[in-house]
Amino acid sequence: MAWLTDPLDLELFQRALVAAVLMGATCGAIGAYVVLRRLAFIGDALSHAVFPGVVLAYVAGVSVFAGAMVAGALTSVAIAVVSRGQRIREDTAIGIFFAGAFALGIVLISTQTGYQRDLSAFLVGDLLGVGWDDIAVSAATGLAVVGVLVALRKELLLCSFDRVYAQALGYPVFALELLLLLLLTATIVVSLSAVGIILVLAMLVTPAATARLLVDRFTPMMILGAVLGALYGVIGWYVSYYLAWSPGGAIVLVATLAFLLAFVFSPSHGLLAHRLRRHPQHAAQRAAVDPPAGHEHGDEGGPVVASLRRRHPPGR
Amino acid sequence: MTTSGGALTIGALSAGYGDGWTLEDVSLEIPAGRLVSVIGPNGSGKSTLLRAVLGLVPQRLGSVSLAGVPIEKRRSEVAYVPQRELVDWSFPISAAQVVMMGRYPRIGPVRGSTGGDRDAVEGALERVGMADLATRQIGALSGGQQQRVFVARALVQEASVLLLDEPMTGVDRGTEEAITGLMRELRDAGTTILHATHDLEGAADVSDLLCFVNGRVVAFGPPDETFTPQTLHATFGGELMILDSGDHAHVHGGGHHHGGDTRRDAG
Repeated sequence: MAWLTDPLDLELFQRALVAAVLMGATCGAIGAYVVLRRLAFIGDALSHAVFPGVVLAYVAGVSVFAGAMVAGALTSVAIAVVSRGQRIREDTAIGIFFAGAFALGIVLISTQTGYQRDLSAFLVGDLLGVGWDDIAVSAATGLAVVGVLVALRKELLLCSFDRVYAQALGYPVFALELLLLLLLTATIVVSLSAVGIILVLAMLVTPAATARLLVDRFTPMMILGAVLGALYGVIGWYVSYYLAWSPGGAIVLVATLAFLLAFVFSPSHGLLAHRLRRHPQHAAQRAAVDPPAGHEHGDEGGPVVASLRRRHPPGR
Repeated sequence: MTTSGGALTIGALSAGYGDGWTLEDVSLEIPAGRLVSVIGPNGSGKSTLLRAVLGLVPQRLGSVSLAGVPIEKRRSEVAYVPQRELVDWSFPISAAQVVMMGRYPRIGPVRGSTGGDRDAVEGALERVGMADLATRQIGALSGGQQQRVFVARALVQEASVLLLDEPMTGVDRGTEEAITGLMRELRDAGTTILHATHDLEGAADVSDLLCFVNGRVVAFGPPDETFTPQTLHATFGGELMILDSGDHAHVHGGGHHHGGDTRRDAG
Protein backbone atom coordinates (compact mmCIF):
# COMPACT_ATOMS: atom_id res chain seq x y z
CA MET A 1 0.00 0.00 0.00
CA ALA A 2 3.03 2.23 -0.08
CA TRP A 3 1.92 3.60 -3.43
CA LEU A 4 -1.17 4.95 -1.66
CA THR A 5 0.61 6.52 1.30
CA ASP A 6 3.86 7.69 -0.26
CA PRO A 7 2.34 10.67 -2.07
CA LEU A 8 0.88 11.88 1.22
CA ASP A 9 4.24 12.48 2.91
CA LEU A 10 4.13 16.07 1.82
CA GLU A 11 1.49 18.27 3.39
CA LEU A 12 1.12 19.93 0.01
CA PHE A 13 -0.27 16.66 -1.37
CA GLN A 14 -2.48 16.03 1.65
CA ARG A 15 -4.11 19.41 1.12
CA ALA A 16 -4.62 18.72 -2.58
CA LEU A 17 -6.28 15.38 -1.86
CA VAL A 18 -8.62 16.84 0.78
CA ALA A 19 -9.57 19.67 -1.57
CA ALA A 20 -10.31 17.20 -4.40
CA VAL A 21 -12.55 15.11 -2.15
CA LEU A 22 -14.50 18.12 -0.85
CA MET A 23 -14.97 19.45 -4.36
CA GLY A 24 -16.11 16.09 -5.71
CA ALA A 25 -18.58 15.40 -2.93
CA THR A 26 -20.26 18.83 -3.01
CA CYS A 27 -20.50 18.88 -6.81
CA GLY A 28 -21.79 15.31 -6.86
CA ALA A 29 -24.55 16.09 -4.34
CA ILE A 30 -25.96 19.20 -6.01
CA GLY A 31 -25.38 17.49 -9.35
CA ALA A 32 -28.57 15.48 -8.82
CA TYR A 33 -30.53 18.71 -9.34
CA VAL A 34 -28.30 19.86 -12.18
CA VAL A 35 -29.01 16.63 -14.06
CA LEU A 36 -32.72 16.28 -13.27
CA ARG A 37 -33.57 19.96 -13.76
CA ARG A 38 -31.41 20.22 -16.88
CA LEU A 39 -29.24 22.95 -15.35
CA ALA A 40 -26.06 21.90 -17.16
CA PHE A 41 -26.07 24.98 -19.36
CA ILE A 42 -26.71 27.33 -16.46
CA GLY A 43 -24.00 25.56 -14.46
CA ASP A 44 -21.53 26.14 -17.27
CA ALA A 45 -22.69 29.76 -17.50
CA LEU A 46 -22.30 30.40 -13.78
CA SER A 47 -18.82 28.91 -13.72
CA HIS A 48 -17.78 31.38 -16.41
CA ALA A 49 -19.74 34.28 -14.96
CA VAL A 50 -17.76 34.19 -11.69
CA PHE A 51 -14.59 35.01 -13.62
CA PRO A 52 -14.82 38.85 -13.47
CA GLY A 53 -15.43 38.56 -9.72
CA VAL A 54 -12.27 36.48 -9.38
CA VAL A 55 -10.19 38.97 -11.36
CA LEU A 56 -11.54 42.04 -9.55
CA ALA A 57 -11.09 40.46 -6.11
CA TYR A 58 -7.57 39.39 -7.00
CA VAL A 59 -6.63 42.84 -8.24
CA ALA A 60 -8.24 44.50 -5.22
CA GLY A 61 -6.50 42.07 -2.91
CA VAL A 62 -9.72 40.84 -1.26
CA SER A 63 -11.02 37.28 -0.91
CA VAL A 64 -11.28 35.65 -4.31
CA PHE A 65 -14.06 33.40 -3.00
CA ALA A 66 -16.09 36.46 -1.99
CA GLY A 67 -15.53 38.15 -5.35
CA ALA A 68 -16.56 35.05 -7.28
CA MET A 69 -19.59 34.51 -5.08
CA VAL A 70 -20.83 38.07 -5.61
CA ALA A 71 -20.35 37.86 -9.40
CA GLY A 72 -22.09 34.48 -9.54
CA ALA A 73 -24.97 35.59 -7.35
CA LEU A 74 -25.52 38.74 -9.41
CA THR A 75 -25.55 36.69 -12.59
CA SER A 76 -28.00 34.14 -11.08
CA VAL A 77 -30.38 36.90 -10.09
CA ALA A 78 -30.05 38.64 -13.47
CA ILE A 79 -30.79 35.40 -15.33
CA ALA A 80 -33.74 34.56 -13.09
CA VAL A 81 -35.27 38.04 -13.34
CA VAL A 82 -34.81 38.50 -17.09
CA SER A 83 -36.10 35.03 -17.98
CA ARG A 84 -39.15 35.54 -15.78
CA GLY A 85 -40.77 37.52 -18.58
CA GLN A 86 -42.39 35.82 -21.53
CA ARG A 87 -40.30 37.21 -24.34
CA ILE A 88 -36.76 36.29 -23.30
CA ARG A 89 -36.40 32.58 -22.59
CA GLU A 90 -34.10 31.33 -19.88
CA ASP A 91 -31.46 29.84 -22.18
CA THR A 92 -31.27 33.14 -24.06
CA ALA A 93 -30.85 35.07 -20.81
CA ILE A 94 -28.15 32.62 -19.73
CA GLY A 95 -26.31 33.04 -23.02
CA ILE A 96 -26.35 36.82 -22.69
CA PHE A 97 -25.11 37.07 -19.12
CA PHE A 98 -22.68 34.17 -19.21
CA ALA A 99 -20.75 35.46 -22.21
CA GLY A 100 -21.09 39.07 -21.10
CA ALA A 101 -19.66 38.40 -17.66
CA PHE A 102 -16.83 36.23 -19.00
CA ALA A 103 -15.98 38.96 -21.51
CA LEU A 104 -15.76 41.42 -18.64
CA GLY A 105 -13.31 39.07 -16.92
CA ILE A 106 -11.19 38.82 -20.06
CA VAL A 107 -11.13 42.60 -20.51
CA LEU A 108 -10.19 43.08 -16.86
CA ILE A 109 -7.39 40.54 -17.09
CA SER A 110 -6.07 42.20 -20.27
CA THR A 111 -5.63 45.42 -18.31
CA GLN A 112 -3.64 43.59 -15.62
CA THR A 113 -0.84 41.96 -17.60
CA GLY A 114 1.28 41.19 -14.55
CA TYR A 115 -1.38 38.89 -13.09
CA GLN A 116 -2.10 36.70 -16.10
CA ARG A 117 -0.16 33.68 -14.99
CA ASP A 118 -1.68 33.51 -11.52
CA LEU A 119 -5.22 34.07 -12.70
CA SER A 120 -4.97 31.35 -15.32
CA ALA A 121 -5.02 28.93 -12.37
CA PHE A 122 -8.73 29.67 -12.01
CA LEU A 123 -9.35 28.66 -15.59
CA VAL A 124 -7.87 25.17 -15.29
CA GLY A 125 -7.57 24.71 -11.52
CA ASP A 126 -4.50 24.47 -9.33
CA LEU A 127 -4.88 21.77 -6.68
CA LEU A 128 -1.29 22.07 -5.50
CA GLY A 129 -1.77 25.76 -4.82
CA VAL A 130 -4.60 25.13 -2.32
CA GLY A 131 -3.95 26.27 1.25
CA TRP A 132 -5.59 25.12 4.50
CA ASP A 133 -7.57 28.36 4.59
CA ASP A 134 -9.00 27.55 1.15
CA ILE A 135 -9.88 24.10 2.41
CA ALA A 136 -11.65 25.55 5.44
CA VAL A 137 -13.77 27.73 3.14
CA SER A 138 -14.49 24.76 0.87
CA ALA A 139 -15.48 22.55 3.79
CA ALA A 140 -17.73 25.18 5.35
CA THR A 141 -19.36 25.98 2.00
CA GLY A 142 -19.78 22.32 1.13
CA LEU A 143 -21.42 21.62 4.50
CA ALA A 144 -23.71 24.64 4.10
CA VAL A 145 -24.74 23.60 0.58
CA VAL A 146 -25.44 20.01 1.58
CA GLY A 147 -27.16 21.23 4.77
CA VAL A 148 -29.61 23.37 2.79
CA LEU A 149 -30.17 20.57 0.24
CA VAL A 150 -31.09 18.23 3.11
CA ALA A 151 -33.18 20.75 5.08
CA LEU A 152 -35.25 21.74 2.04
CA ARG A 153 -35.14 18.34 0.33
CA LYS A 154 -38.94 18.06 0.14
CA GLU A 155 -39.53 21.56 -1.16
CA LEU A 156 -36.73 21.44 -3.74
CA LEU A 157 -37.83 17.99 -4.89
CA LEU A 158 -41.45 19.11 -5.28
CA CYS A 159 -40.48 22.24 -7.27
CA SER A 160 -38.26 20.15 -9.50
CA PHE A 161 -40.82 17.44 -10.19
CA ASP A 162 -44.03 19.45 -10.42
CA ARG A 163 -43.62 23.20 -10.41
CA VAL A 164 -47.29 23.93 -11.02
CA TYR A 165 -48.43 21.80 -8.08
CA ALA A 166 -45.81 23.44 -5.84
CA GLN A 167 -47.22 26.85 -6.80
CA ALA A 168 -50.75 25.60 -6.18
CA LEU A 169 -49.74 24.60 -2.66
CA GLY A 170 -48.46 28.13 -2.10
CA TYR A 171 -44.72 27.41 -2.10
CA PRO A 172 -42.46 30.33 -3.11
CA VAL A 173 -41.27 28.54 -6.22
CA PHE A 174 -39.31 31.47 -7.65
CA ALA A 175 -37.40 31.97 -4.37
CA LEU A 176 -36.65 28.25 -4.12
CA GLU A 177 -35.32 28.17 -7.68
CA LEU A 178 -33.16 31.20 -7.00
CA LEU A 179 -31.87 29.53 -3.85
CA LEU A 180 -30.89 26.48 -5.88
CA LEU A 181 -28.95 28.73 -8.28
CA LEU A 182 -27.16 30.38 -5.36
CA LEU A 183 -26.22 26.99 -3.91
CA LEU A 184 -24.97 26.02 -7.34
CA THR A 185 -22.91 29.21 -7.52
CA ALA A 186 -21.37 28.55 -4.10
CA THR A 187 -20.48 25.01 -5.16
CA ILE A 188 -18.85 26.25 -8.35
CA VAL A 189 -16.87 28.93 -6.54
CA VAL A 190 -15.31 26.53 -4.02
CA SER A 191 -14.56 24.06 -6.84
CA LEU A 192 -12.56 26.49 -8.96
CA SER A 193 -9.24 25.93 -7.22
CA ALA A 194 -9.53 22.18 -7.81
CA VAL A 195 -10.75 21.86 -11.38
CA GLY A 196 -11.09 25.42 -12.67
CA ILE A 197 -13.80 27.34 -14.50
CA ILE A 198 -13.68 25.27 -17.66
CA LEU A 199 -13.88 21.80 -16.13
CA VAL A 200 -16.15 22.35 -13.11
CA LEU A 201 -19.20 21.60 -15.26
CA ALA A 202 -18.02 18.02 -15.61
CA MET A 203 -18.07 17.55 -11.84
CA LEU A 204 -21.56 19.05 -11.61
CA VAL A 205 -22.94 16.74 -14.27
CA THR A 206 -20.91 13.54 -14.64
CA PRO A 207 -21.06 11.96 -11.14
CA ALA A 208 -24.81 12.63 -10.88
CA ALA A 209 -25.44 11.37 -14.41
CA THR A 210 -23.53 8.18 -13.57
CA ALA A 211 -25.58 7.77 -10.39
CA ARG A 212 -28.73 8.24 -12.48
CA LEU A 213 -27.73 5.19 -14.51
CA LEU A 214 -27.20 3.08 -11.40
CA VAL A 215 -30.09 3.90 -9.04
CA ASP A 216 -33.81 4.64 -9.48
CA ARG A 217 -34.69 6.97 -6.62
CA PHE A 218 -33.84 10.57 -5.93
CA THR A 219 -32.16 10.36 -2.51
CA PRO A 220 -29.92 7.39 -3.39
CA MET A 221 -29.01 9.23 -6.58
CA MET A 222 -27.89 12.29 -4.64
CA ILE A 223 -25.89 10.23 -2.09
CA LEU A 224 -24.27 8.10 -4.77
CA GLY A 225 -23.45 11.24 -6.78
CA ALA A 226 -21.62 12.71 -3.77
CA VAL A 227 -19.75 9.45 -3.12
CA LEU A 228 -18.75 9.09 -6.77
CA GLY A 229 -17.64 12.74 -6.93
CA ALA A 230 -15.39 12.25 -3.91
CA LEU A 231 -14.07 8.97 -5.31
CA TYR A 232 -13.24 10.55 -8.66
CA GLY A 233 -11.38 13.27 -6.76
CA VAL A 234 -9.23 10.65 -5.02
CA ILE A 235 -8.60 8.45 -8.05
CA GLY A 236 -8.00 11.41 -10.35
CA TRP A 237 -5.57 12.90 -7.90
CA TYR A 238 -3.50 9.69 -7.66
CA VAL A 239 -3.52 9.33 -11.43
CA SER A 240 -2.26 12.88 -11.78
CA TYR A 241 0.42 12.22 -9.16
CA TYR A 242 1.83 9.12 -10.81
CA LEU A 243 1.43 10.16 -14.43
CA ALA A 244 2.26 13.83 -13.84
CA TRP A 245 -1.01 14.93 -15.44
CA SER A 246 -2.96 18.05 -14.68
CA PRO A 247 -4.96 17.15 -11.53
CA GLY A 248 -8.16 18.84 -12.72
CA GLY A 249 -7.93 17.16 -16.10
CA ALA A 250 -7.20 13.76 -14.55
CA ILE A 251 -10.19 13.98 -12.17
CA VAL A 252 -12.56 14.88 -15.00
CA LEU A 253 -11.17 12.12 -17.25
CA VAL A 254 -11.70 9.56 -14.48
CA ALA A 255 -15.28 10.81 -14.08
CA THR A 256 -15.90 10.60 -17.82
CA LEU A 257 -14.48 7.08 -18.05
CA ALA A 258 -16.62 5.93 -15.11
CA PHE A 259 -19.69 7.39 -16.78
CA LEU A 260 -18.94 5.54 -20.02
CA LEU A 261 -18.53 2.29 -18.09
CA ALA A 262 -21.89 2.81 -16.36
CA PHE A 263 -23.46 3.77 -19.67
CA VAL A 264 -22.47 0.43 -21.17
CA PHE A 265 -22.50 -1.90 -18.16
CA SER A 266 -25.14 -0.54 -15.75
CA PRO A 267 -27.23 -3.56 -14.69
CA SER A 268 -30.49 -1.66 -14.97
CA HIS A 269 -29.97 1.09 -17.56
CA GLY A 270 -26.80 0.14 -19.43
CA LEU A 271 -26.58 -0.40 -23.16
CA LEU A 272 -25.84 -4.06 -22.57
CA ALA A 273 -28.97 -4.47 -20.49
CA HIS A 274 -30.97 -3.19 -23.45
CA ARG A 275 -32.75 -0.82 -21.19
CA LEU A 276 -31.10 2.46 -21.97
CA ARG A 277 -34.09 3.96 -23.66
CA ARG A 278 -36.74 4.02 -20.98
CA HIS A 279 -39.34 6.10 -22.72
CA PRO A 280 -40.26 4.10 -25.81
CA GLN A 281 -40.66 1.05 -23.63
CA HIS A 282 -42.96 2.84 -21.23
CA ALA A 283 -44.88 4.46 -24.04
CA ALA A 284 -45.48 0.98 -25.41
CA GLN A 285 -46.66 -0.22 -22.01
CA ARG A 286 -48.97 2.74 -21.73
CA ALA A 287 -50.42 2.24 -25.17
CA ALA A 288 -51.17 -1.36 -24.29
CA VAL A 289 -53.18 -0.31 -21.24
CA ASP A 290 -54.84 2.89 -22.39
CA PRO A 291 -56.43 3.80 -25.67
CA PRO A 292 -54.83 6.85 -27.29
CA ALA A 293 -55.85 10.13 -25.69
CA GLY A 294 -58.98 11.69 -27.09
CA HIS A 295 -60.54 8.49 -28.41
CA GLU A 296 -62.02 7.28 -25.18
CA HIS A 297 -65.34 8.99 -25.65
CA GLY A 298 -65.48 8.82 -29.38
CA ASP A 299 -67.02 5.44 -30.11
CA GLU A 300 -69.63 4.88 -27.50
CA GLY A 301 -72.84 5.74 -29.31
CA GLY A 302 -74.42 7.23 -26.19
CA PRO A 303 -77.27 9.70 -26.35
CA VAL A 304 -74.91 12.63 -26.74
CA VAL A 305 -71.55 12.41 -28.36
CA ALA A 306 -69.57 15.58 -28.25
CA SER A 307 -66.57 15.42 -30.48
CA LEU A 308 -64.07 18.18 -29.97
CA ARG A 309 -61.20 18.52 -32.32
CA ARG A 310 -58.19 18.34 -30.12
CA ARG A 311 -56.99 17.98 -26.62
CA HIS A 312 -56.66 21.13 -24.59
CA PRO A 313 -53.19 22.60 -25.03
CA PRO A 314 -51.20 22.58 -21.76
CA GLY A 315 -51.06 25.84 -19.92
CA ARG A 316 -54.35 27.27 -21.08
CA MET B 1 -61.98 15.17 5.04
CA THR B 2 -62.93 18.63 6.14
CA THR B 3 -66.69 18.82 5.83
CA SER B 4 -67.34 22.52 6.21
CA GLY B 5 -66.00 25.82 5.03
CA GLY B 6 -65.70 24.82 1.40
CA ALA B 7 -67.95 27.53 -0.04
CA LEU B 8 -66.10 29.13 -2.93
CA THR B 9 -66.84 32.69 -3.99
CA ILE B 10 -65.35 33.94 -7.24
CA GLY B 11 -65.79 37.67 -7.78
CA ALA B 12 -65.20 39.44 -11.11
CA LEU B 13 -62.24 37.19 -11.89
CA SER B 14 -60.28 37.84 -15.09
CA ALA B 15 -57.17 35.90 -16.03
CA GLY B 16 -54.63 35.95 -18.84
CA TYR B 17 -51.12 35.06 -19.92
CA GLY B 18 -49.81 38.42 -21.08
CA ASP B 19 -51.66 38.62 -24.40
CA GLY B 20 -55.10 39.75 -23.34
CA TRP B 21 -57.64 38.04 -21.10
CA THR B 22 -58.23 34.34 -21.69
CA LEU B 23 -61.11 34.48 -19.27
CA GLU B 24 -63.02 37.60 -18.35
CA ASP B 25 -65.22 38.74 -15.53
CA VAL B 26 -66.20 35.46 -13.93
CA SER B 27 -68.41 35.66 -10.87
CA LEU B 28 -69.59 32.40 -9.33
CA GLU B 29 -71.05 31.45 -5.99
CA ILE B 30 -70.39 27.78 -5.30
CA PRO B 31 -71.90 26.41 -2.10
CA ALA B 32 -69.86 23.95 -0.04
CA GLY B 33 -70.14 20.30 -0.98
CA ARG B 34 -71.20 20.77 -4.61
CA LEU B 35 -69.70 19.14 -7.64
CA VAL B 36 -69.29 21.65 -10.45
CA SER B 37 -68.18 20.73 -13.96
CA VAL B 38 -66.56 23.46 -16.04
CA ILE B 39 -67.34 22.87 -19.71
CA GLY B 40 -66.07 24.62 -22.82
CA PRO B 41 -64.12 24.14 -26.05
CA ASN B 42 -60.35 24.19 -26.35
CA GLY B 43 -58.86 27.50 -25.33
CA SER B 44 -62.14 28.60 -23.74
CA GLY B 45 -60.55 29.12 -20.35
CA LYS B 46 -61.63 25.97 -18.47
CA SER B 47 -58.16 25.25 -17.20
CA THR B 48 -57.47 28.95 -16.83
CA LEU B 49 -60.44 29.25 -14.48
CA LEU B 50 -58.99 26.57 -12.19
CA ARG B 51 -55.51 28.05 -12.41
CA ALA B 52 -56.83 31.54 -11.70
CA VAL B 53 -58.64 30.28 -8.61
CA LEU B 54 -55.26 29.06 -7.37
CA GLY B 55 -53.44 32.24 -8.44
CA LEU B 56 -51.34 30.38 -11.01
CA VAL B 57 -51.83 32.76 -13.94
CA PRO B 58 -49.46 35.67 -14.60
CA GLN B 59 -52.27 38.18 -14.93
CA ARG B 60 -55.25 38.13 -12.67
CA LEU B 61 -57.93 40.56 -11.57
CA GLY B 62 -60.76 40.00 -9.13
CA SER B 63 -61.05 37.94 -5.99
CA VAL B 64 -61.50 34.35 -4.88
CA SER B 65 -62.44 33.48 -1.34
CA LEU B 66 -62.99 30.28 0.54
CA ALA B 67 -65.63 30.51 3.28
CA GLY B 68 -65.16 34.28 3.22
CA VAL B 69 -61.36 34.21 3.57
CA PRO B 70 -59.12 35.20 0.62
CA ILE B 71 -57.88 31.99 -0.96
CA GLU B 72 -54.26 33.16 -0.81
CA LYS B 73 -54.41 32.53 2.93
CA ARG B 74 -55.89 29.06 2.57
CA ARG B 75 -53.87 27.59 -0.26
CA SER B 76 -53.22 24.22 1.36
CA GLU B 77 -56.99 23.72 1.82
CA VAL B 78 -57.35 23.58 -1.95
CA ALA B 79 -56.22 20.36 -3.60
CA TYR B 80 -55.33 20.48 -7.27
CA VAL B 81 -54.97 17.77 -9.89
CA PRO B 82 -53.13 19.48 -12.78
CA GLN B 83 -53.00 18.29 -16.37
CA ARG B 84 -50.64 15.37 -16.59
CA GLU B 85 -48.55 16.69 -19.49
CA LEU B 86 -46.79 19.25 -17.32
CA VAL B 87 -44.68 16.78 -15.34
CA ASP B 88 -41.25 15.24 -15.99
CA TRP B 89 -42.10 11.54 -16.11
CA SER B 90 -38.52 10.34 -16.10
CA PHE B 91 -38.03 11.73 -12.58
CA PRO B 92 -36.62 9.06 -10.25
CA ILE B 93 -39.47 8.90 -7.74
CA SER B 94 -42.12 6.31 -6.92
CA ALA B 95 -45.89 6.62 -6.99
CA ALA B 96 -45.97 6.73 -3.18
CA GLN B 97 -43.38 9.53 -3.13
CA VAL B 98 -45.52 11.57 -5.51
CA VAL B 99 -48.56 11.07 -3.30
CA MET B 100 -46.53 12.08 -0.24
CA MET B 101 -46.00 15.50 -1.86
CA GLY B 102 -49.60 16.29 -0.96
CA ARG B 103 -48.55 16.08 2.70
CA TYR B 104 -45.54 18.40 2.39
CA PRO B 105 -47.38 21.56 3.55
CA ARG B 106 -48.47 19.70 6.70
CA ILE B 107 -45.05 18.23 7.37
CA GLY B 108 -43.29 21.57 6.88
CA PRO B 109 -39.64 22.14 5.96
CA VAL B 110 -36.71 20.22 7.47
CA ARG B 111 -38.80 17.51 9.13
CA GLY B 112 -39.52 14.09 7.66
CA SER B 113 -42.85 12.33 7.21
CA THR B 114 -44.53 10.71 10.22
CA GLY B 115 -46.38 7.40 10.49
CA GLY B 116 -49.61 9.35 10.09
CA ASP B 117 -48.43 10.79 6.79
CA ARG B 118 -47.44 7.36 5.53
CA ASP B 119 -50.82 5.94 6.58
CA ALA B 120 -52.57 8.73 4.70
CA VAL B 121 -50.53 7.98 1.57
CA GLU B 122 -51.23 4.28 1.82
CA GLY B 123 -54.95 4.91 2.38
CA ALA B 124 -55.19 7.27 -0.60
CA LEU B 125 -53.37 4.84 -2.89
CA GLU B 126 -55.77 2.11 -1.79
CA ARG B 127 -58.72 4.38 -2.45
CA VAL B 128 -57.67 4.91 -6.05
CA GLY B 129 -56.79 1.24 -6.49
CA MET B 130 -53.04 1.77 -6.74
CA ALA B 131 -51.80 0.21 -3.49
CA ASP B 132 -49.97 -2.61 -5.27
CA LEU B 133 -48.09 -0.19 -7.55
CA ALA B 134 -46.95 2.18 -4.78
CA THR B 135 -43.24 1.54 -5.31
CA ARG B 136 -43.35 1.74 -9.12
CA GLN B 137 -41.44 4.60 -10.75
CA ILE B 138 -43.98 7.24 -11.79
CA GLY B 139 -43.06 7.13 -15.48
CA ALA B 140 -43.46 3.35 -15.59
CA LEU B 141 -47.20 3.65 -14.94
CA SER B 142 -49.91 3.91 -17.59
CA GLY B 143 -51.63 7.24 -18.19
CA GLY B 144 -54.65 6.17 -16.18
CA GLN B 145 -52.49 4.93 -13.32
CA GLN B 146 -50.56 8.21 -13.28
CA GLN B 147 -53.81 10.12 -13.08
CA ARG B 148 -54.93 7.98 -10.13
CA VAL B 149 -51.65 8.79 -8.37
CA PHE B 150 -52.30 12.51 -8.88
CA VAL B 151 -55.80 12.14 -7.51
CA ALA B 152 -54.37 10.28 -4.51
CA ARG B 153 -51.91 13.14 -3.99
CA ALA B 154 -54.84 15.55 -3.84
CA LEU B 155 -56.69 13.22 -1.44
CA VAL B 156 -53.90 13.21 1.17
CA GLN B 157 -54.17 17.00 1.41
CA GLU B 158 -57.55 16.39 3.08
CA ALA B 159 -58.67 19.64 1.53
CA SER B 160 -62.13 21.17 1.56
CA VAL B 161 -61.92 22.14 -2.12
CA LEU B 162 -60.75 19.91 -4.96
CA LEU B 163 -59.89 21.22 -8.43
CA LEU B 164 -59.41 18.69 -11.24
CA ASP B 165 -58.11 19.80 -14.63
CA GLU B 166 -59.39 17.39 -17.29
CA PRO B 167 -58.71 14.28 -15.20
CA MET B 168 -60.33 11.99 -17.80
CA THR B 169 -58.06 13.01 -20.67
CA GLY B 170 -56.07 10.05 -21.94
CA VAL B 171 -57.16 7.58 -19.28
CA ASP B 172 -58.75 4.13 -19.53
CA ARG B 173 -62.39 3.50 -18.72
CA GLY B 174 -61.61 1.89 -15.36
CA THR B 175 -59.76 4.97 -14.22
CA GLU B 176 -62.54 7.20 -15.48
CA GLU B 177 -65.08 5.29 -13.45
CA ALA B 178 -62.82 5.24 -10.40
CA ILE B 179 -62.32 9.02 -10.54
CA THR B 180 -66.01 9.68 -11.13
CA GLY B 181 -66.90 7.46 -8.18
CA LEU B 182 -64.37 9.24 -5.97
CA MET B 183 -65.69 12.66 -6.96
CA ARG B 184 -69.17 11.56 -5.91
CA GLU B 185 -67.92 10.15 -2.60
CA LEU B 186 -65.93 13.29 -1.80
CA ARG B 187 -68.83 15.54 -2.72
CA ASP B 188 -71.12 13.52 -0.46
CA ALA B 189 -68.58 13.94 2.33
CA GLY B 190 -68.75 17.72 1.92
CA THR B 191 -65.87 18.51 -0.44
CA THR B 192 -66.45 21.27 -2.98
CA ILE B 193 -65.30 20.08 -6.39
CA LEU B 194 -64.50 22.06 -9.52
CA HIS B 195 -63.81 19.83 -12.49
CA ALA B 196 -62.77 20.96 -15.96
CA THR B 197 -63.88 18.53 -18.65
CA HIS B 198 -64.97 18.17 -22.23
CA ASP B 199 -67.03 15.08 -21.56
CA LEU B 200 -70.45 16.70 -21.74
CA GLU B 201 -72.43 13.58 -21.07
CA GLY B 202 -70.38 12.52 -18.06
CA ALA B 203 -70.41 16.04 -16.65
CA ALA B 204 -74.18 16.35 -16.90
CA ASP B 205 -74.65 12.99 -15.18
CA VAL B 206 -72.32 13.51 -12.27
CA SER B 207 -72.52 17.23 -11.51
CA ASP B 208 -74.73 19.30 -9.24
CA LEU B 209 -73.92 22.40 -11.24
CA LEU B 210 -72.56 23.04 -14.72
CA CYS B 211 -70.49 26.05 -15.65
CA PHE B 212 -70.25 26.66 -19.41
CA VAL B 213 -67.34 28.89 -20.36
CA ASN B 214 -66.05 30.43 -23.55
CA GLY B 215 -63.84 33.32 -22.60
CA ARG B 216 -66.55 34.20 -20.07
CA VAL B 217 -69.29 32.34 -18.26
CA VAL B 218 -72.02 31.42 -20.74
CA ALA B 219 -74.27 29.66 -18.23
CA PHE B 220 -74.07 28.45 -14.66
CA GLY B 221 -76.62 26.31 -12.90
CA PRO B 222 -78.07 22.80 -12.44
CA PRO B 223 -77.76 20.52 -15.50
CA ASP B 224 -81.49 20.44 -16.21
CA GLU B 225 -81.50 24.22 -16.53
CA THR B 226 -78.22 24.75 -18.34
CA PHE B 227 -77.74 21.70 -20.54
CA THR B 228 -79.70 23.16 -23.44
CA PRO B 229 -79.01 23.38 -27.16
CA GLN B 230 -78.86 27.16 -26.81
CA THR B 231 -76.19 26.98 -24.12
CA LEU B 232 -74.21 24.36 -26.01
CA HIS B 233 -74.36 26.42 -29.16
CA ALA B 234 -73.38 29.60 -27.37
CA THR B 235 -70.48 27.77 -25.75
CA PHE B 236 -69.15 25.66 -28.58
CA GLY B 237 -70.39 27.43 -31.70
CA GLY B 238 -69.34 25.54 -34.81
CA GLU B 239 -66.95 23.27 -32.96
CA LEU B 240 -69.69 21.12 -31.53
CA MET B 241 -71.36 18.10 -33.12
CA ILE B 242 -74.16 16.61 -31.19
CA LEU B 243 -75.63 13.39 -32.51
CA ASP B 244 -78.62 12.45 -30.48
CA SER B 245 -80.03 9.00 -31.04
CA GLY B 246 -82.85 9.32 -28.53
CA ASP B 247 -85.75 11.62 -28.04
CA HIS B 248 -83.74 14.76 -27.45
CA ALA B 249 -82.13 17.61 -29.27
CA HIS B 250 -80.10 17.50 -32.43
CA VAL B 251 -77.51 20.20 -32.56
CA HIS B 252 -75.15 20.32 -35.48
CA GLY B 253 -71.97 22.24 -35.99
CA GLY B 254 -71.68 25.13 -38.41
CA GLY B 255 -73.25 27.85 -36.38
CA HIS B 256 -76.26 28.45 -38.67
CA HIS B 257 -78.96 26.40 -37.12
CA HIS B 258 -79.80 24.17 -34.25
CA GLY B 259 -82.62 21.75 -34.25
CA GLY B 260 -85.50 22.63 -31.99
CA ASP B 261 -85.43 23.75 -28.44
CA THR B 262 -85.88 20.42 -26.72
CA ARG B 263 -84.10 20.23 -23.45
CA ARG B 264 -81.84 17.39 -22.60
CA ASP B 265 -82.87 16.11 -19.20
CA ALA B 266 -79.85 15.13 -17.21
CA GLY B 267 -79.72 12.04 -15.04
